[in-house]
Amino acid sequence: MKRRPPRYSAVRLLSRGARKSVWPRVWREVPLRDSYDAVVIGGGVHGLATAYYLAANHGITNVAVLEKSYLGSGGSGRNTAILRSNYLTPEGVVFYDRSLELYRTMAVDLNMNVMFSRRGHITLAHSDASLRTMHWRAEVNKLQGVDSSVIGPAEIKQLAPALDTSSHPRYPILGALYHPPGGIIRHDAVVWGYARGADALGVEMHQKTEVVDIVVTGGDGPGGKGPGGRVTGVRTSRGDISAPVVVNCTAGWATLISDMAGVSLPISTRPLQAAVTEPVKVFLPVVVVSGTLHVYVSQTARGELVFGASVDPYNTYNIRGSLDFTEGTAGHLLELMPGISRMRLLRQWAGLCDMTPDYSPVMGFTPVEGFLCDVGWGTYGFKAGPVSGEQMAEAIATQRTPELIAPFSLSRFESDALVGEKGAAAVGH
Amino acid sequence: MLIVPCPNCGPRNSADLRYVGESRPRPDPNSTSTEEWRAYLYERANPAGMLRETWYCRSGCRRFFTLERDTVTNEFTNPPTPVAKLGKRP
Repeated sequence: MKRRPPRYSAVRLLSRGARKSVWPRVWREVPLRDSYDAVVIGGGVHGLATAYYLAANHGITNVAVLEKSYLGSGGSGRNTAILRSNYLTPEGVVFYDRSLELYRTMAVDLNMNVMFSRRGHITLAHSDASLRTMHWRAEVNKLQGVDSSVIGPAEIKQLAPALDTSSHPRYPILGALYHPPGGIIRHDAVVWGYARGADALGVEMHQKTEVVDIVVTGGDGPGGKGPGGRVTGVRTSRGDISAPVVVNCTAGWATLISDMAGVSLPISTRPLQAAVTEPVKVFLPVVVVSGTLHVYVSQTARGELVFGASVDPYNTYNIRGSLDFTEGTAGHLLELMPGISRMRLLRQWAGLCDMTPDYSPVMGFTPVEGFLCDVGWGTYGFKAGPVSGEQMAEAIATQRTPELIAPFSLSRFESDALVGEKGAAAVGH
Repeated sequence: MLIVPCPNCGPRNSADLRYVGESRPRPDPNSTSTEEWRAYLYERANPAGMLRETWYCRSGCRRFFTLERDTVTNEFTNPPTPVAKLGKRP
């Protein structure tokens, strides 16, 4: 049941504008059925990308995406929209680089203006130790064919004149890891693009549909759940659904969903706060990150400065902001760019992050047959959305783990094969 | 901002303390199985609700203690329990 939504183009925009015709809804709202080939829990970029690639690459279109709120209401609409692939481990670098490749052609692939601005990304080093890590990351990146290099203060000043590269600050800028392919994107458009693309291929999106239980039979745990069991469906706030495949793409709520299937995960939920200033003229042409000062900042197309910090230091499902964050992060930002001291803050918000011990995700099959996870995305999930969707779709369609995500399987915690990305993912976005 | 009730120092800003994490009994590393030890190291309950957790009052009394907090509302319910052996993580 392939539909043809109107293609977005400048000609159509003009002609529809001239005729004052109303654009149709971007995706349909259809009644919830009681059976699907696959159910994806979570309507963010990961869930929608998984559903989209299931339909687009593998022809599996009898798929439902269940979202307890509205599409893109979680981390997908709360992140700071920074894309990069300058990670620390070879596994991480090739994985995130594939994501960047998909982002690069996304506007054409999805016929949606996602406003990807490949403006360059610099990660500042304020100590000899972090400069050493930057060199390490640059070499790992080069080996995987990713454009990264270490630059000095003079080049940093050229890229971002607003930065204080003098020796005055408490943490002087000694150098930086420069990653030209990095940049920012409009995160809502990515969500809408995947939703629209998936809808056109026959995938159903159900908003305001909360999963309350997952039906598992034959497992070792209580109620037939747990390892060795098999998924047969989900119970939702709007009725029961039977499905042989259930995918958990619920980020901060990941453990609550996997508990329903009897799968325990090495995940803690922590909030991550971000904030945005009033819009001003363009003065910051690159994305700037400082791990030492726990801050990353970029200027949007509208001229606002978007900045964020690392996760809050304690577990919580509460997304209230805190003065600690505003005070601390604004102070750090001023240390980097003293010239912005008169700028006013527009708003701040928080999103939930599903943190793993090694700062790498948990992807693929679990001990419960038919129950797959694409979680543990912590503070780096948005940039990995497309590749995760593509690889998860392949895993579901072929029933085997693709090579690209094999290092991120849940079983790595049983074999002590952790993928330590803390050095490149803890703050550096 | 979270105000943490330290048993010795009274209510303190969470920035004055260090969050150690979920309180779990530590298996004896000499006699436990590898699976149990790994589960202790990595697995987390991560509930949306009551959680017993360990804090360290780093800029006050420098003691470890455990508390119960609702992770949805961030309210502490029970009075803090000092960890039996001072300075040793539970």
